Amino acid sequence: MTDIYEILRGKKDADGNYQKQPVIVQGITGKYGSTHTKLMLEYGTNIVAGVTPGKGGQKFEDKIPVYNSVKEAVDATGAEISIVFVPAKFFLDAAKDALNSGIKLLVAIPEHVPIRDAMEAIELAKQKDAIMIGPNTPGVIVPGLIKVGIMPASPFSSGKVAVLSKSGTLLYEISNNLTSAGFGQNITIGIGGDPVNGTRMIDAFDMVKDDPELEAMVVVGEIGGDSEEILAQHIIDTGFSKPIVGYIAGRQAPKEKRMGHAGAIVMGTYGSAESKISMFAKANIPVAKRPGEVAVLLAGKMNS
Amino acid sequence: MRLLEYQAKELFKEFGIRTPPSISSKDIEKGRKDAKELGYPFVIKVQVPVGGRGKAGGIQKCNSDDEFELKYPQLLNMSIKGEKTRAILLEKMADIEKELYLSLFLNRSKRCYTIIASSEGGVEIESVKNQTIREVGLGDVDTQTAKEVANEIGLKDSQEEQFVEMLQKLSKLTIEKEAELAEINPLAILKDGTLMALDGKVMTDDNSNFRHEELQKYQEKSALEEQAEKSGFSLVELDGNIAVIGNGAGLVMSTFDLVTDNGGKPATFLDVGGGATTESVYEALTLISKMSRVKGILVNLYGGIVKTTTVAEAFIQAYNNNLIDLPVFARLMGTESDKAKEMLKDTKTKMFDSIEEAINGVVMEANK
Repeated sequence: MTDIYEILRGKKDADGNYQKQPVIVQGITGKYGSTHTKLMLEYGTNIVAGVTPGKGGQKFEDKIPVYNSVKEAVDATGAEISIVFVPAKFFLDAAKDALNSGIKLLVAIPEHVPIRDAMEAIELAKQKDAIMIGPNTPGVIVPGLIKVGIMPASPFSSGKVAVLSKSGTLLYEISNNLTSAGFGQNITIGIGGDPVNGTRMIDAFDMVKDDPELEAMVVVGEIGGDSEEILAQHIIDTGFSKPIVGYIAGRQAPKEKRMGHAGAIVMGTYGSAESKISMFAKANIPVAKRPGEVAVLLAGKMNS
Repeated sequence: MRLLEYQAKELFKEFGIRTPPSISSKDIEKGRKDAKELGYPFVIKVQVPVGGRGKAGGIQKCNSDDEFELKYPQLLNMSIKGEKTRAILLEKMADIEKELYLSLFLNRSKRCYTIIASSEGGVEIESVKNQTIREVGLGDVDTQTAKEVANEIGLKDSQEEQFVEMLQKLSKLTIEKEAELAEINPLAILKDGTLMALDGKVMTDDNSNFRHEELQKYQEKSALEEQAEKSGFSLVELDGNIAVIGNGAGLVMSTFDLVTDNGGKPATFLDVGGGATTESVYEALTLISKMSRVKGILVNLYGGIVKTTTVAEAFIQAYNNNLIDLPVFARLMGTESDKAKEMLKDTKTKMFDSIEEAINGVVMEANK
């Protein structure tokens, strides 16, 4: 399996430091893409190229070259990471361009991508042994080193807890609480709020679980689908000795209503919060009643 | 999009899936004509986007004009689980021998379509016993698989053939319309041995709406929901009296949970989106101001990229323009929140450091 840590931070150099890995931005000239490119640069992300079909040859902010295709951008820079900001309708084309050009980590920001298009992109990513995060994800961040996403910088600090979350704002909220409580993060991954995710909860778990620097994990789920249940079963089957704490949003949501996220919908008992919480209980994962309680429960687990 | 029964059945007909004769209407004048055309006896079925209407009295037999005049208005004015009747379907009764269950749904973790079938249908899926479950990939259901499913639920000969045909038609519908769920429940075996879809439920992928012009006529949204969508919000209306607003679906869901935990009744789930602006929050307040049942507004925002002062500005504008007169309980967290609190000091907005305190405030206000 492709190693997400290695893609994001490379291997340690002789001085024991990780290396800034190059990143391409697809849709760099758009309003959203350009705003977040600036913010990622501010954070220290090494953005080496942008892609906007038809705008090749331009420079973003007078320094970052813009190419017509990911192929050209990869040929020029050797980057293996791309973050996509194109409108949902054009996502599949952008994803194909990236995955067919050697991108190994594709961060898919757009919301409202049709499920069929997402599934096609996921299938291609599998064939190419690439990781796709999203769609409808805030992205991924290794605090203090690299931010490939739209998350604000302030909630995160470098540390040893991995946070996996379907929701963006809850990821910020809970990471902020963790940071305040002294639990920095080793990586945080936005799974995304769509029904179908390039990187499912279980995939994200497998990607991060063996990192030697990891000490604990926080899983932020929400109603809809069964990815939390499947993760819990996987944890029971494989055993994972480090502390994990969960949170599930949508306990009181009405059935058969989409709660903001395309994927956040309960059909019968499929996708219900009770089902997820009871599976977490079986896997010995305490579930916080409110976001503010996550750090408290984690402190309890770490000390026990 | 969650299609109503009559809309699902229109799709069934389009794909050649057999349904009982039926006609839909939205007012009694049209209903009377339909009744004449269909002829008594028939059933009157309310069309609501939730399950459990049979138990709630939303399906009634009708044998005469007198009964029709009494029952049609009753059913038209009915609400089930907070959902008003959207339309009425008059339908001929079928001579049922046995009820089966059949659905195709998008299996999100396996990322493929999955068939669920059972020889015991007519109840909600959670209670369907002896389910046969088959993962079938992303393409059409092939004949061999369909036959195996038919056999597993005990169908043979002509009924097996009819089932195979129906399942393959349902699969075609699912793929062409980009449905997340297409359900026939009950799928009846009639006394004459033929198969018929007696009720249907179809949910399509909203994100694919742009390439399904033909489904637009089924879009059933309240005026508020439509306006919200134009502004890029997600809005779910409920029958409570506390308007819950926030940025990001997860954060709003979490706030919604806490309000309900503390005895409050939400009137809205309103997500202004990850990138709130002064304009978008102002628009959200405009929407809320039109809902007469709301007694208090709860705002939970996590300012990251968005500054909380941008949000505070929207409130000040709303007060200045007399847009809102309701008490607002707000928790603004993140960038520039101290400045935002200062800005809102002398307004009707009460600021809280934690969401728990804000919720206590709004629940007390709404329960006054």
